[in-house]
Amino acid sequence: MLEIGISHYLILSGLLFSIGFVGVLRRKNLLMLFFATEVMLNAVNIAFAAIGNFYGDLSGQMFAFFVIAVAASEVAVGLGLLILLYKKYGSLDLDVISSMKG
Amino acid sequence: MYEFIAFYVFAISTTILFLITVMSKNVLYAMTALAAGMVMISGFFFLLGADFLGVVQLIVYVGAVMALYAFAMMFFDATKDIKEKHENPTLVFLLGGLMALVFVVMFSAPIIGDNIQALYPVGLAENLGKFGNAQDVGLVLFTKYLVPFEVAAVMLLVAMIAGIILAGKKMDYSLTECEASDEELEKEILKGDA
Repeated sequence: MLEIGISHYLILSGLLFSIGFVGVLRRKNLLMLFFATEVMLNAVNIAFAAIGNFYGDLSGQMFAFFVIAVAASEVAVGLGLLILLYKKYGSLDLDVISSMKG
Repeated sequence: MYEFIAFYVFAISTTILFLITVMSKNVLYAMTALAAGMVMISGFFFLLGADFLGVVQLIVYVGAVMALYAFAMMFFDATKDIKEKHENPTLVFLLGGLMALVFVVMFSAPIIGDNIQALYPVGLAENLGKFGNAQDVGLVLFTKYLVPFEVAAVMLLVAMIAGIILAGKKMDYSLTECEASDEELEKEILKGDA
């Protein structure tokens, strides 16, 4: 019971990922949507690190590094787009921004 | 024993903080909770022996990404509570719960699978494991993962240029001062320039 195994980390990772997923589903504000994706990326990083550690393999950590790099560039581009959208529409609400009817 | 205590402290705090991030109506609270949750997540990396990854998490995520969010928030109105129209909240939670079940089963599949082989074991290869985690990471990163590393560098450069071009346009144009009458403000700016 007091032993922390790989299953603890993986279940926690799945839990955090689903928290992020619920956020992606229910958020209507684009900035909050970005926060929810960050939560999902972090959850996946925990899973990578845990599996890499328990199989004695560094590849898990490598992939976690690349996930962090992808997240950093995603934020840089995404925030630029958010600023442009805010300049154009004056709001970040998806209902206001959406232009396709249907 | 200490690992047990540390794991549960980090697990409970990250879960609560990320729940605040997802549920909060205030952008500032959500961002602060996200930053705190990321600090707690670096604790997991230190527990798992991935020291370098933990430090990178602290520097890149908590330091750079959250600072970027904080700067971007200055463009938006952060003091107002966000009003979101939810058409079917029960459906969202039902779908979220269902997906949670699927993800937990999916992520815990390696517990059952025994046929996973370690490709680059930490302690077994010639020079690996003799030094600390940071040296091991460097050895693997600059041999096996050299090409993805360079591609990631190019990707970061592209992202930097994209960020500058996207956000740098019309920087002299104020967003918050005069939201109602944008056209008048533009005219004023044009007059000032002329």
